[in-house]
Amino acid sequence: MITVHNLTKNYGKQTVLNIENLEIPKGQSFGLVGNNGAGKTTFFSLLLDLIQPTTGKIINNEVQVDISEAWKPFTSAFIDETFLIGYLTPEEYFYFIGELRGQNKADVDALISTFENFFHGEILGQKKYLRDLSKGNQKKVGIVASFIGSPEVIILDEPFANLDPTTQIRLKEIIRDLAQNREVTVLVSSHDLIHVTEVCERIVVLNKGDIVKDIQTSTQTLKELETFFGG
Amino acid sequence: MIFGALYFMAVFLAMGVGSFFIIKRAGLGDPLIVVNRFLIYYLLVDLYVRYMFQKMPIMNIKPLLYMPFKKRAVVKYSLGKTVLSFFNWYHAFFFVPFSIVLISQDYDPLSVLGWHLGIMALFYCNNFINIMMNNKDSIFYPMVVILALLGLMQYYGWFDITVLTAPVFNSFFNLPWTATLPILLLLGLIYASFNYFKKHMYLDGGLATKHSEAKTEDFTCLNMFGNLGTFLKNDIKLIKRNKRSKTTVILSILFLFYGFFFFTGSFEVYEGPIWKIFAGIFISGGFLFSFGQFVPSWDSSYYPLMMSQNIQYREYLTSKWYLIIIATLISTFLAAFYLYFGWDVYLAIVVGAIYNIGVNSYLVLWGGAYIKTPIDLTSNKKAFGDKQAFNVKTMILTIPKLLLPLLVYAAGHYLINPTAGYLAVALSGVIGFAFKDVVFKKIEKIYKKEKYKTLLAYKQTD
Repeated sequence: MITVHNLTKNYGKQTVLNIENLEIPKGQSFGLVGNNGAGKTTFFSLLLDLIQPTTGKIINNEVQVDISEAWKPFTSAFIDETFLIGYLTPEEYFYFIGELRGQNKADVDALISTFENFFHGEILGQKKYLRDLSKGNQKKVGIVASFIGSPEVIILDEPFANLDPTTQIRLKEIIRDLAQNREVTVLVSSHDLIHVTEVCERIVVLNKGDIVKDIQTSTQTLKELETFFGG
Repeated sequence: MIFGALYFMAVFLAMGVGSFFIIKRAGLGDPLIVVNRFLIYYLLVDLYVRYMFQKMPIMNIKPLLYMPFKKRAVVKYSLGKTVLSFFNWYHAFFFVPFSIVLISQDYDPLSVLGWHLGIMALFYCNNFINIMMNNKDSIFYPMVVILALLGLMQYYGWFDITVLTAPVFNSFFNLPWTATLPILLLLGLIYASFNYFKKHMYLDGGLATKHSEAKTEDFTCLNMFGNLGTFLKNDIKLIKRNKRSKTTVILSILFLFYGFFFFTGSFEVYEGPIWKIFAGIFISGGFLFSFGQFVPSWDSSYYPLMMSQNIQYREYLTSKWYLIIIATLISTFLAAFYLYFGWDVYLAIVVGAIYNIGVNSYLVLWGGAYIKTPIDLTSNKKAFGDKQAFNVKTMILTIPKLLLPLLVYAAGHYLINPTAGYLAVALSGVIGFAFKDVVFKKIEKIYKKEKYKTLLAYKQTD
């Protein structure tokens, strides 16, 4: 689904990302871990063509992302609060995203009704604009919005941070279900090693821009990661 | 903001020195009495300006709350800081020179001093009144309505509030000791706001940010525009629900009245025929200039979303363009009251509107691609532009926006006749309109080229 070739990103003399080769097959749940400054968000931003690569290219379903925009209809993402429109209510935001992705109101309603226990009664019908919601609740809205319009690729940057325990557990179920049953490629980054090992079939560790580990998740993975980051 | 501040300072200084002599020469009577007469409006407008633009002191208190200071000290500090605000001392640029002129013209120095101090105390009263009102729309908007009504009633001679208020201001001069009254009022207000703040210094009390109750709106009637409607709906919400964009709309309404400078004949420099076109462009184009020049900055806080969502630049830009066109048409319609000055005048406005729709609407969208200033929708900071808004590319673009139509008109007017001038300007608007597709393609390209730079610039919030 996603292929990366010789991808680098430099700021001045500093190289913040350097990925020679990476293949992410369709329907994989892909986890990206690494300390601050490892290049996780840089990689996601490159995937979304929000920054330009210094060299190399990313091909998303046969579309080179920095040349054509044809990847947009089947790709969705929630990176941070700049993906939210603060002056809309959650409902309006969902409908807006829905309309952009060719979904009518009924489609969107049907989708978000399946997330009622994810929202925990704090999102819908609250008479609040997104800018007035708490960080965790904003995150819930952003994550659910990225599921609208059955995208084939979903990119979530630190989706577990700021979420309450109930929602974290629920989100893990959702991500697993997306990858296993609906053939959706889910890319997740996280600082929480337990979460990623539970959710992702494959985990890639970035360190100062380089891929230092590429693991198919097994029962030993958590131990392996803990040794890597602890030592 | 620095530009605006310097401009106002210069204007006030000039008025402070000059107004005494201007009023005298115009034969309006004793300049001091004239100033006192209109002072009530000055004070009310000052309050209005403060409400719109003065930053509240509570903004930066939060980090101080758990520091080892006494609460009294924190309150004193933040209230004290407002005293130094530009909104307090810029009046001095008018009143100090004006008072000096009064003394030099043999007004009694002690009386002038009393008057001066009394008035200054009133401005400081405004400072504290504004703090206590603290963005309470429920107090503020009725006040605006009352102010407008008073102005109208005075204009038509039904009721003159200045008859009641002028004697108060006069008394500061006639009986200098009465100037202590506003000073006492000021002290009272300081005391009251000190207590008010001390009592409300909690995160869920006075320091809580105001949350307006949100209502989900549909605007289903816009669905007939398809994808375009999606963006239009969003843009209407953007304008309705954010402080900064509301200010822009108010500004563009003020532009409607800009024509009075030209058509009432009060300014000799504006008598030339080509100035009519100039006025016409501004009257119908208030929204175009004040909103349009900041496309796409209006969406700066969620630009990464717009850039990664399933959005065609074409539709995004077209929606903004429609918004500008609709606003221009509404302005033109509202400007119908200029018919009072004759058909000729309104014709200039209509011609200006055609040029705005046909040519300027593209030019502002084009120029917007180069203004990479992130906009904080929730505050009015920098509402009057900042240094990034003045770059070479946008300056060059003002030439076709403002000068070209004047030249086109002048050519028609002086070579043939005034009607030909109007026709020429209107025609260039129609031609521009005909090339919509070509121009949009070009603008789209520029937006794409500038995309990464724009995204980076919007990340830099200060």
